[in-house]
Amino acid sequence: MTGATLAGEEKSETAQRPQHSAGRRISGRSWRRYGLIIVSHLLLLAAWQASALYAGLPKFVLPTPAATVATLDGENYRWIANSWATATEVFGGFCLGALAAIALAVIFCWFKLLESLLMPVLISFNMIPKVALGPLIIVWFKYGIGPNMLIAFSICFFPILLTTARGLQEVDPELLDLIHSLKGSRWQLFKKIQLPSALPYVFSGMKVGAILAVAGAIVGEFLGSDQGLGYLMMQVQVTLDTPAMFMALLLITMIGITLYGLILLMERALVPRDARLA
Amino acid sequence: MYRVMPGLLERPQFVVPTAHSLPFVRLSNAGKAYRKDGAEFIAVSDVSFEIAAGDFVSLVGPSGCGKTTVLKMLAGLLQPSQGEVAIGNPQNPFRPGRDVGMVFQQALLLKWRTILDNVLLPAEILGLRKAESKARAKELLAMVGLHGFEARFPYELSGGMQQRASIARALVHDPKLLLMDEPFGALDALTRDKMNLELLNIWRQFKKTIVFVTHDIAEAVFLGTRVVVLTSRPARMLENIPILLPAERTLDMKTHEDFGAYTRKIYRLLGVE
Repeated sequence: MTGATLAGEEKSETAQRPQHSAGRRISGRSWRRYGLIIVSHLLLLAAWQASALYAGLPKFVLPTPAATVATLDGENYRWIANSWATATEVFGGFCLGALAAIALAVIFCWFKLLESLLMPVLISFNMIPKVALGPLIIVWFKYGIGPNMLIAFSICFFPILLTTARGLQEVDPELLDLIHSLKGSRWQLFKKIQLPSALPYVFSGMKVGAILAVAGAIVGEFLGSDQGLGYLMMQVQVTLDTPAMFMALLLITMIGITLYGLILLMERALVPRDARLA
Repeated sequence: MYRVMPGLLERPQFVVPTAHSLPFVRLSNAGKAYRKDGAEFIAVSDVSFEIAAGDFVSLVGPSGCGKTTVLKMLAGLLQPSQGEVAIGNPQNPFRPGRDVGMVFQQALLLKWRTILDNVLLPAEILGLRKAESKARAKELLAMVGLHGFEARFPYELSGGMQQRASIARALVHDPKLLLMDEPFGALDALTRDKMNLELLNIWRQFKKTIVFVTHDIAEAVFLGTRVVVLTSRPARMLENIPILLPAERTLDMKTHEDFGAYTRKIYRLLGVE
């Protein structure tokens, strides 16, 4: 009887192996997944083209994809300079926001008193719609890339701070016991347990922050700016130049996708699949 | 020197103290009380027992009886609020931190580390030599049946395999005292039987002193050279029973008459008839 139960158990334990030896099939599946992503975007493009041609809408409401792309030739739009300005605001604001948020979360993790003191104030600050700070920032710092970066910064800072602070706290109490039983130092606990276990939370906050940073930069350009894709949209709106507005929108989206993609790549490199948060 | 606590031992009390009979672990009236909102909450009180080096002691009792509290006092995670907990003796010194290995109900492997790196964690914290620790970790992994899984991540392993890795982790720094808190409580019955046998193998091979917390009476008797019975209302120690079964334990033994006698006795002590 003993022999039989042991053999049964052996089977149940090794039953998992086929799951992860199927690594090769996963790569096949991921090719299919990328293929589907391309197909769905092509379908979207086709739907756009079809509705622009056959829906009977005026051109200034819905231009064709071709007319949109054709605006790239217009030198007056200064696509490269404007895209560069917006990208600088988005990436600059996001990077500063992420660095500041992570640094502050780490400081809070080491100095709990400071956290108890400052966190309530920060949460009150977070209640302010950051977009509403725009006019004030313009008064304080005039308009331009720097102030818009500041809006992007302020809008992506909080989600990253809050998720990182939470991640640094989420350590299994028994894991703490394990480290303490070995007389591990506070620094070892931080370096070997807290920081790596907070990483999935950091990325989760950064993904939210990335989307907000783009919105922040564009709103800044709407409010007051002399360059950038948001500024351009306001300019061409006056002449009902919808194709240029569509093009600006596409470029803004691409800047956002680039930032988001870089974050995903970093997450893949640093966080093992099982530990990632949605 | 060899103080005998009232009702502590069932064996004759005229043991002549020799160097060899010096206990490795000694709890004398150890207890832990917490103050919470001004009221005193007694987690455990008046626990007295001794463990010789190389003993396998099972701590058994219902949930809430303070088993884990006793274990934490042994691990140096909690200071007793009454009595004394002493580990080590002149012949067999005990270095806090260095000589404790812990295994919990959850394997608690770090998701971002490979199995090998997980096992090496205590060695890193203690600052042990890398090459030697690595060789030892690999040896231990092979011993617990995880040869070839060194580079895997925890999520690729079943619950039983993860727990094996956590046992290897608890042994990597070669501690003298191995503390286990319901390590097999989350496993299915068959895996558990197998792990029990493997644990006994490890114990025999490495000659560790093991304190094993469980609420499973049969498991406690099957593994232990002695069983310390704790009760919950109030949280205190009931009995300390030497288990005089053959040193070579097999699953067949669970149907043995003596095995049944021990488990019945503990059930009765805990008020379960």
